[in-house]
Amino acid sequence: MYRGYEAVIGIEIHVQLNTDSKMFCADSTLFNAGDNENTSPVSVGMPGTLPVVNKKAIEFAIKTGLALECEIRKKSVFSRKNYFYPDLPKGYQISQYDQPICEHGTITFKVGDKTKTVSITRAHLEEDAGKSIHQGEFTMINYNRAGIPLLEIVTGPDMRTPQEAADYGRTIRQIVRYLGVCDGNLEEGSMRCDCNVSVRKVGVEKFGTRTELKNINSFRFVEKAIEYEIERQIDMLERGEKITQETRLWDPDKNKTFAMRTKEDAHDYRYFPDPDLKPLVVSEELIRRIRSELPELPIAKKTRFVSAHGLPEYDAEVLTSEKDLADYYEMTAKICLNHKAASNWIMTEVLRELNSNNLEVKASPVKAAQLGQLIALIDKGTISGKIAKVVFMEMWKTSKDPEVIVKEKGLIQISDPLTIEKIVDEVLAANAQQVEDHKSGKKKNLFGFFVGAVLKASKGQANPELVNEILQKKLNG
Amino acid sequence: MDLIQASIVDIAEAVKTKKVSAKEVITQFIRRAENLNPKLNAYTSFNKDAVKEAEAIDVRLAKGEEIGALAGVPFGLKEMFCTKGLVTNAGSKILQNFIPPYDATVVERLKKAGAIVTGKLNQDEFAMGSSNETSFYGNVKNPWNLECVPGGSSGGSAAAQAARLCAGALGTDTGGSIRQPASFCGIVGVKPTYGRVSRYGIIAYASSLDQAGPMVSTVKDAALTMEVISGHDERDSTTSQRKVPSWSKELSANVKGLKVGLIKEYMQGGLHVDVQKTVDQAIAGLKSLGAEIIEVSIPMTEFSIPVYYLIAASEASSNLARYDGVKYGYRAEFTNLSAVELDDFYGKTRGQGFGKEVKRRIMLGTYCLSSGYYDAYYNKAGQVRRMIVNQYKEAFAKCDVILSPVTVSPAFKIGERVSDPLTMYLNDIYTTSTNLAGLPGMSVPFGMSAEGLPVGVQLTAGHYEEQKMLNVGYALEGISSVKGKTPNV
Amino acid sequence: MIDKKTIKHIAKLARLEITEDEADEYSQQLGKAMAHFEQISKVDTTGIEPLVTPTEIDDFWREDVATQEFTPEEMTSNAPAKAGNLFKVPPVV
Ligand SMILES: [Mg+2]
Ligand SMILES: [Zn+2]
Repeated sequence: MYRGYEAVIGIEIHVQLNTDSKMFCADSTLFNAGDNENTSPVSVGMPGTLPVVNKKAIEFAIKTGLALECEIRKKSVFSRKNYFYPDLPKGYQISQYDQPICEHGTITFKVGDKTKTVSITRAHLEEDAGKSIHQGEFTMINYNRAGIPLLEIVTGPDMRTPQEAADYGRTIRQIVRYLGVCDGNLEEGSMRCDCNVSVRKVGVEKFGTRTELKNINSFRFVEKAIEYEIERQIDMLERGEKITQETRLWDPDKNKTFAMRTKEDAHDYRYFPDPDLKPLVVSEELIRRIRSELPELPIAKKTRFVSAHGLPEYDAEVLTSEKDLADYYEMTAKICLNHKAASNWIMTEVLRELNSNNLEVKASPVKAAQLGQLIALIDKGTISGKIAKVVFMEMWKTSKDPEVIVKEKGLIQISDPLTIEKIVDEVLAANAQQVEDHKSGKKKNLFGFFVGAVLKASKGQANPELVNEILQKKLNG
Repeated sequence: MDLIQASIVDIAEAVKTKKVSAKEVITQFIRRAENLNPKLNAYTSFNKDAVKEAEAIDVRLAKGEEIGALAGVPFGLKEMFCTKGLVTNAGSKILQNFIPPYDATVVERLKKAGAIVTGKLNQDEFAMGSSNETSFYGNVKNPWNLECVPGGSSGGSAAAQAARLCAGALGTDTGGSIRQPASFCGIVGVKPTYGRVSRYGIIAYASSLDQAGPMVSTVKDAALTMEVISGHDERDSTTSQRKVPSWSKELSANVKGLKVGLIKEYMQGGLHVDVQKTVDQAIAGLKSLGAEIIEVSIPMTEFSIPVYYLIAASEASSNLARYDGVKYGYRAEFTNLSAVELDDFYGKTRGQGFGKEVKRRIMLGTYCLSSGYYDAYYNKAGQVRRMIVNQYKEAFAKCDVILSPVTVSPAFKIGERVSDPLTMYLNDIYTTSTNLAGLPGMSVPFGMSAEGLPVGVQLTAGHYEEQKMLNVGYALEGISSVKGKTPNV
Repeated sequence: MIDKKTIKHIAKLARLEITEDEADEYSQQLGKAMAHFEQISKVDTTGIEPLVTPTEIDDFWREDVATQEFTPEEMTSNAPAKAGNLFKVPPVV
């Protein structure tokens, strides 16, 4: 709550669908192409060219819609949104207007320790515009991006705090990455977040005048921009001023939002159904197929990891943050049959090494199955936990299987009591003075010293439990 | 063999059997076209590579390669068809010097079948007009009477074909633009079922109405050309995936027992006497061949002109938004581009680049789609359009084809009807409903006016029933008093 | 008649610069045409879905396969103004 006001926030996220070709033509969608390299007569809007829908884009839209618990329209319609701008090659954008492919969904996520549910009003397919590059006195246009498929996901005005808004965005990002429909890269513009923000006095039902915040390329900035905007609007209202409905751009350097230069003319987009595209008819069978292929979503996965695997909430949360990581964990656990250990190893060793080497889990030199084998070696008593850490680092460096490393380096745990007893005897003989001190009680806590010395003498290979047992017998027996 | 007067079927046969070389054929046609074009202004440009392309066909033939159905046949193309490497301007200043890096699908298919492109043919600007007087590249003259219009919008195609400046031509038809000039110039013009022929690479006027088709000398040539250009195109998702019939092989003049419908609402008089006479003769002719004449009713036809113009203008206003001086075509002169306001940039470029009629229709369409008017105009027109389609479906449950006039009169004088746009629009009364309903339609030359101007009759059939229509056209052609008559240019 | 203010607004929406004379002309001509077209309001269209594509055409969706058929030079070769392979327009900041 802000000075007796409440904020009302709705979000539109443009998700760039991860297809190989564009929404309506076969141009490549690769990000790093030369100027206008990913273009063709269709995407440059040349005369006589026509759009043909990309099947994959439709499937991705349905997949996302289903994950967001939307109803999928059996018949949706592509319309033309008419306006003039140099980055818009045809003078209209093909977009879904009154009959979007996905409608009436919801999404539930955690904000701190509270659960928040937000309604998804609609998710519709459309094509992206090109890019304007401002160079000196002119503007240059690159149409590489023109025609890339977008799914615009629109929420109801359901969020009340900047944190909720940011967490909503993070959740959408997590879901589309889980689904494999978008890489979720905000900096490259694969996801674009527009936030509608208004404030009203607490207890008032009517919405205040809203502003639309654009140009926000991280969820941290979503939070900051909304925070700033709420304060700005309240300041204005407190001064008795009126909020103007406008689009504002977030400036991350100044930490402020600025009104975009507006046209005097209100927009009149003259939407009408695109006669070049028939209505998009989606069969029940296609929807059923896509639904059956839907991966387990983060929230369900997390719940399962906690209840069925007995993992702590926090660990389950971290492991399910990315689908690849969750898959890595499940594969590891499947091999070693030890959920806790698998989780612990990933949470500590694996994530530490991934982070410090700036690697995605997919690129980990230690594969999940190998990590599973490593944990299994510990559990079988083949190596000690301590040695395992050494083996892990060697695996990280060489990508070799743990058994190979253990064999090559002779790291198998010594579990033969006679061999250990021999080492113990040697250590005790070499440390006669300490043995004396221990027995006379002159020095306390020497037991640990002996354990360490024995382990060291065995190059860490002696089974620590046996070492303990034998030392106990020899010193205190 | 008189190549110039020969049919497409005969030319292709002669070339394939090496009775004549493709080079000889194209050379004769290009020579004639270059000589006579100054009189007609039918061509806007010639294909400089035509002879070379013909030679390539001859080389392939010599090697024993199989060449398609149109081997060595010289084809002229309306300016609406994008042609790789050849200027394509849609009759507009705004596309002057535009050279597409691609061929329209139909052009690709013509070429693949062995046709040689002679050049590009004049037309009304963006196909908006019925007299070829809106072209930025000047009027086209009717080869039967140089003071008359050839009709439009495919006026250049009709004039060139009638004067035999090509062996075949392609036109486009949005509200009658193939059939009306075909009637005015005494040739056969066919608009196929909507969805039969790919629109890819054909400059769009009104996407839900546009369809390309042949403008040729005989019904069989039309059937053959249609076989080449029709069929599904992966670049146009509004093309049907149905198999293309062998129309030319199946062609039959036997109309015995066929039911020919006459639209009751069209029989209210007001027709030019020579048109009435021609239609009456056609009816009598078909009767004598054993066809049964019945009356059908399309009450909604009364609204076809308003519905057509509301829909066509709305779609056009959006289709023509891409002409903005950014990517290709005309851009207004600016002394200092860096100081130009964007709205000014667009306003001047488009204000200067489009001609009057085109601007009028863009304005009309923008108005119909604008906030507050959409429901009353565009949406309402779409509803009435469905009613028109349904009434045609009912009519075609009772008859095989419908016979009607193409136009209210034979070709009129240049300049006679330009002053009032609405009057000009109302002339399209007999042709627009075919496009609204997506039906195949054709004009077959059948009569001659007292002034010596050709008059055609129109045939339409149900969706994808081109064969029935072509057969009746073939029968009419067989008994036509004007068959083989050509203008003296 | 369609009033001149509306005509000017429509011309602006359509990005067509028109003169006063043209505005007068359009106001008359479009007014006359619309008055005629207006007659469709007489038709009772209750419950009728508007039609766009008039014939039956099977659905066709492309497979998601990227191809490169054109060079950026070809795509910009008709540009009224360009810089390298970019289209050049007035400043739009
Ligand atoms: Mg939006
Ligand atoms: Zn959008």
